[in-house]
Amino acid sequence: MIPGLSGDLVTQVFLLVATLLMVLAVAVFYRAVKGPTTQDRVLAVNVLGTNTVVVLALLAEGLGEPSLLDIALVYALLNFLMAVAISKFTVERGGVL
Amino acid sequence: MIEVVRTSAIVGLVLAGLFFTFVSTTGVLRLPDIYSRAHTASQADTLGAGFTLAGVALALGWSTTTVKTVLLLFFIFLTNPTAAHAIARAAHEEGVEPWTTDDDRSDEQLHEAALSRPVPDGGPATGDGAESAEDTDAGSPVESQEGDRS
Repeated sequence: MIPGLSGDLVTQVFLLVATLLMVLAVAVFYRAVKGPTTQDRVLAVNVLGTNTVVVLALLAEGLGEPSLLDIALVYALLNFLMAVAISKFTVERGGVL
Repeated sequence: MIEVVRTSAIVGLVLAGLFFTFVSTTGVLRLPDIYSRAHTASQADTLGAGFTLAGVALALGWSTTTVKTVLLLFFIFLTNPTAAHAIARAAHEEGVEPWTTDDDRSDEQLHEAALSRPVPDGGPATGDGAESAEDTDAGSPVESQEGDRS
C-alpha cells in the first residue's frame, strides 16, 4: 500500500506536485547536459538542487517523515556552496579555489 | 469551515509554486543566453520554491518542523539570487557576450566567440580597469564573424 494514496487531499496534492516537480527536474537536466558554457551547466544544476529541496520538503509532509527536512536544509546549504565555488573556480583558475 | 480555508490555501500555494517552477524550467530551457537564463533562475525559481515551501509550512501547523521549513524558505530566498548573480558574473568575466535581438547567432556560437577571444591577462581580473579593457576589445570577434558570413 502506497502511503498517501489513502490519505487526505493535502497529502495527495503534495505527492502529485512532488511527482510533477521531478518531471520538471528531468527537463532541466537537458540544459545541464547541453550547456554550452560552464555557467549554463552550473545554473541548471543549481535549479535542479532548488527543485530537489522543494521535493524533499513536500515528501517530508506527504510521507510523514520530518527528518527529510533536515536533509533538505543540508542540501540547500551545499547547493549554494557548490554554485559559488564553481563560479569562483571558473573565473580564477589556478587560484586557491 | 476554517479547515476548508486552510486546505484550499495550502493547495493554492503549492499549485502556484508548481506554476512558477514550470515557468522557470521553460525559461532555463528556451531562453537564448546565459544571462537571461540566470534571470529566470533567480526570479521565477525563487518564487516557485517560496510558494511551495510556504504551502508546506502551512500544512505542518505549529511545530518545530515548521520552524525548519521557514528557515529553509528564508535561506533559499537569500541564496538563490546570490548564486545566480555569481554565475552570471562568472560568465561575464569569462567574456560571454549577451545575446541581442539583432544577433542571429545561437548560444553555441556565442560560446565559441568567447573561447576564441584573446585573453588579455592570465591572472584573475581585478577591479574596474580589467573590465573596461575587456569592453573595448569585445567588438572585434563579432565583426569578423559577421564579415565571414556575408
